[in-house]
Amino acid sequence: MLVIRPGMLTTVQDAGRWGFQSSGVPVAGPMDPVSHRLANALVGNSRDAALLEITLLGPDLEFHDERLVAVTGAEFDLALDGHPVPSYAPFTVAAGSRLRFGARRIGARAYLAVSGGINVPPTLGSRSTHLVSAMGGVDGRALIAGDRLPLGHPKRVQGTALAPQAAIVALSDRRATIRVLPGPQVEYFAQRALDVLQSGPYVIARNSDRMGFRLEGPRLTHARGADIISDATPLGVLQVPASGQPILLMADRQTTGGYPKIATVIAADMTSAGQLGPGDAITFQVCTPHDALTALIAQERALMAVEERRS
Amino acid sequence: MNAFRIVPAGDSALIVEFEERIDPDVNAKAIACAEAIQAAHLAGVRDVVPTYRSVAVYFDPLRTDGDALSACLEREAGQSMPTAAAARAPVRIPVCYGGELGPDLTGVASFARMPEADVVRIHTSGTYRVFMLGFVPGFAYLGIVDQRIAMPRHASPRVRVPIGSVGIAGVQTGVYPAETPGGWQLIGRTPVKPFDTAREDPCLMKAGDAVQFYSIERGEFDQWM
Repeated sequence: MLVIRPGMLTTVQDAGRWGFQSSGVPVAGPMDPVSHRLANALVGNSRDAALLEITLLGPDLEFHDERLVAVTGAEFDLALDGHPVPSYAPFTVAAGSRLRFGARRIGARAYLAVSGGINVPPTLGSRSTHLVSAMGGVDGRALIAGDRLPLGHPKRVQGTALAPQAAIVALSDRRATIRVLPGPQVEYFAQRALDVLQSGPYVIARNSDRMGFRLEGPRLTHARGADIISDATPLGVLQVPASGQPILLMADRQTTGGYPKIATVIAADMTSAGQLGPGDAITFQVCTPHDALTALIAQERALMAVEERRS
Repeated sequence: MNAFRIVPAGDSALIVEFEERIDPDVNAKAIACAEAIQAAHLAGVRDVVPTYRSVAVYFDPLRTDGDALSACLEREAGQSMPTAAAARAPVRIPVCYGGELGPDLTGVASFARMPEADVVRIHTSGTYRVFMLGFVPGFAYLGIVDQRIAMPRHASPRVRVPIGSVGIAGVQTGVYPAETPGGWQLIGRTPVKPFDTAREDPCLMKAGDAVQFYSIERGEFDQWM
């Protein structure tokens, strides 16, 4: 697959580089894990196969053999050799076909899977690109024009006629309600801080990226200072530096940090967070562990239904 | 019995917290606990991360029940005993101190009101503990630096710190494994790579290791490179 035009920030991502955080190696992986897995399912790949994460402005790509392709997540106008093709449904590309991403309609990040997966050499067991440590993907960087991506051996190359799959979770349209569980350091904050957090909205600042979303909104007050003995920083955690403005840690976060963490986004809502970008707004809502698990199981059932249909 | 508590961080991580202080004994408990959890191969556990005084256990909530996992962790955290120190020989790291490779050595010497050579002597006479890794791949937080040379970090960080730079930040010292921004006082540089994915074991230092620095001349540094 040849990159004609790279788009704004297009990176190779599999399910992430797990197992090396004790060496300080960040996980990376998709910002919207549900759309990542759905794209792979639609072309018959394994759920953790490497694909392209496309941010805000899409690429132009040329294919060198017959493949099955699917695009999920953010909706763009897609044209294959000048003819519109749908998102959320697999389509077949021929040798020499060009796929062009046009206007973006909704959402921030699209996921483009190709049958066989993107077969760049893995680093520490993963093909995910981590930009800051220049690891994985293509030389640890975003794609540039002229990159040629090796593809794996596909299970199938022909699409069966399939109506577009509905999104598993409705796409965030510039705002989202995101559920959190309190902690791990909620006792470092003033008593009413969780109420303040839910009074929102918080707007994602311009200097936000795959590492984290800097949020601007109601100020959170510390009760015991803004420094803790550095500890691990989970995906989706809200760390709060002295400014009182939280930072939502995303896929490329560092493995450790020294700011208190008031709450953590539930796994099921990372998909909604991953569809937001600078200028978009988040309203936080505290939920229960039961709500978190119920939402995750519902997503899992929907994804497994697609995976079973396509296997 | 160890003093600890288990705190959830969202629905996919549990944190085992030991006493809230930076202390080699507390850190040894956290590392021993992390090793015991790793060795137990608990279903659904995706990553185990020891830090100064805690252990983060990342898990897949669809593959394991958080409460059941918490009970397992309670058992491991209560029982795990720090193994006798010096199981591994100290990691010895050559450093060319001062000059253009250690631009802040002069500043640390005037902070400490002593000649540069004494700062080097004090830095190389310590045996440091790897409390944890973080910040970037392979970055080891080492302590505890002698109070006399424990200069605080720069008020505003450098935009680019070269690979191999050896720095001091208060009672912490460390080696930059990658070119990154950084605020530590840079007293020298090592030709050894702290992190290299081309090696079978990419990380030079692991949590719990003992580390010593020794001084090399510029000529020797250039030969290594």
